[in-house]
Amino acid sequence: MKYYSPRLALAVIFLFPLIWSGWASVQGPEGFTLTHYRSIIGFGEGLATYVGNSLALSAMTVAGTLIVATLGGYAFARFQFPGKNLLFLAALAILMVPYATILIPLYVLLDYVGLQNSLLGLSLVFVMFQLPFALYMMRNSFEAIPREIEESALVDGAGSLKVLLSVLLPAVRPGLVTVGLFAFLASWNDFFAPLILLSDGASFPLPVAVVSMTQRTFGAIDYGVLQAGVMVMAIPCLVLFLVLQRHYVRGFMSGALRG
Amino acid sequence: MSSPLSTAPRLRRARALAGWAYAAPTAVIVAVLFIAPLVLVVVMSLHKWPLLGPARPNFPANYTKIPDDPLFLDSVLFTLKYTVIITVLLSAVALGLALLVQDRRPGVGFFRTAFFLPGAVGFAAAALLFYGLLNNDFGPFGFLGVNWIGSPNMALTSTILLVLWRFAGFNMLILLTGLQAIPVEVYEAARADGANRWQIFTRITLPLLRPTLALMLILSITGSLLAFDQFFIFTNGGPDNSTVSMVMVVYRNAFFRFDLGGAAALSVVLLVVLVALNAVQMRILRGATTR
Repeated sequence: MKYYSPRLALAVIFLFPLIWSGWASVQGPEGFTLTHYRSIIGFGEGLATYVGNSLALSAMTVAGTLIVATLGGYAFARFQFPGKNLLFLAALAILMVPYATILIPLYVLLDYVGLQNSLLGLSLVFVMFQLPFALYMMRNSFEAIPREIEESALVDGAGSLKVLLSVLLPAVRPGLVTVGLFAFLASWNDFFAPLILLSDGASFPLPVAVVSMTQRTFGAIDYGVLQAGVMVMAIPCLVLFLVLQRHYVRGFMSGALRG
Repeated sequence: MSSPLSTAPRLRRARALAGWAYAAPTAVIVAVLFIAPLVLVVVMSLHKWPLLGPARPNFPANYTKIPDDPLFLDSVLFTLKYTVIITVLLSAVALGLALLVQDRRPGVGFFRTAFFLPGAVGFAAAALLFYGLLNNDFGPFGFLGVNWIGSPNMALTSTILLVLWRFAGFNMLILLTGLQAIPVEVYEAARADGANRWQIFTRITLPLLRPTLALMLILSITGSLLAFDQFFIFTNGGPDNSTVSMVMVVYRNAFFRFDLGGAAALSVVLLVVLVALNAVQMRILRGATTR
């Protein structure tokens, strides 16, 4: 009891806000209700639009991060080429630069190339922010594979791309899951980058859309609907985290992470 | 027998070319989305750069006017105050939690997950959650009669509660990796020598945890100096602009005053300060690791 009671009390404190939010999202004046969820479906451009935007954004970010980091990690782990160390350091330096510092010029830059107010442009920006962690993770994953495995395939005349796809990719799958999970959580949840880089309400992902609910200048805020919005954003992350917890923790163990 | 990965020069050149091809997407992303914006932000800071319309050079006006912006100066002081408070509290809470769940008793996995779970929720969603939770008409704490965001001090306190709730588990996880790297034999030897729990904590756990603690501090300080979401969403800078962070001023200059040049100059200052700070902290961290 002496061991469990303080831990249990703390667990209740940490879980309480989540449980309260879920409860408040289905609570009306006369008890249980789904009206908050019904009203959020029709909110603004429609919940389906925002969920669709968030899903598209996350899918593009995860796919982009996996492709770039897999190829890059392979290159950094297995090949010698001029400029290799410089490029790796440059990618890690992304960690050193404040978010705001780089988003203001990106706002101008994406406009030049016609990607302003575009989910594709935003997802490329997310890929860039994910790169230091993803590249580091994938390079280490490739380095952990014994060289003999691919050497025998190379001797058999397979090209390096074929070796990557058929021999190495299955071996680095845990690394891919970790990198994909981090990329999903970052792109699904980020608020600041879409706030700056998107201007059209119809292209907002969930966080920006739901926050805009609180910042309307007139009309009362419906707090029940707001908590329904919180749940729509949080539940996919909670489920993914609970299922893939092991992979998330491995990301921590690798030591390279960004708060 | 020589390895096929390191034979004739022709083969080595082919491998180098292949390496470049695989690294090309990384190089493009780094060049176009990282290096180019870094150059551009410096160029922008040297110009009067409106949101719409042509830019024209005005160096050094964007920099010299920084001290004339009282809101920015206030935001620097406020952000520093917030950073100190959050870093102290967050490391204390995270270390306490990590110590509570470092052993392998049954059920410890549940506690770890419970403490971390808020960290799986996005920060914007967490801020909105607290926006309702700490609203006295709607949330469960109305009976306390506390006005959670009514005064500058309460707004800061409430924000700190939000950030502790959201990030304590995250930092606990970092510290836990450090705690678990300490060999059991070290503890056993200390216990055999008759050390009590407090002595073990101060003479063994803390010194051996120093590198991990340093990493946690770097992440906490950097993250807090760049705070935005919590103050933008939860307190909206209020009451009376008392919770306006530095990044909020950058955002306001760019998108409410349409002065991208001024915002770029602030960004450059922020960048220089943060890179310098990171370099100093890295040096301390490295010192802590090699000791």
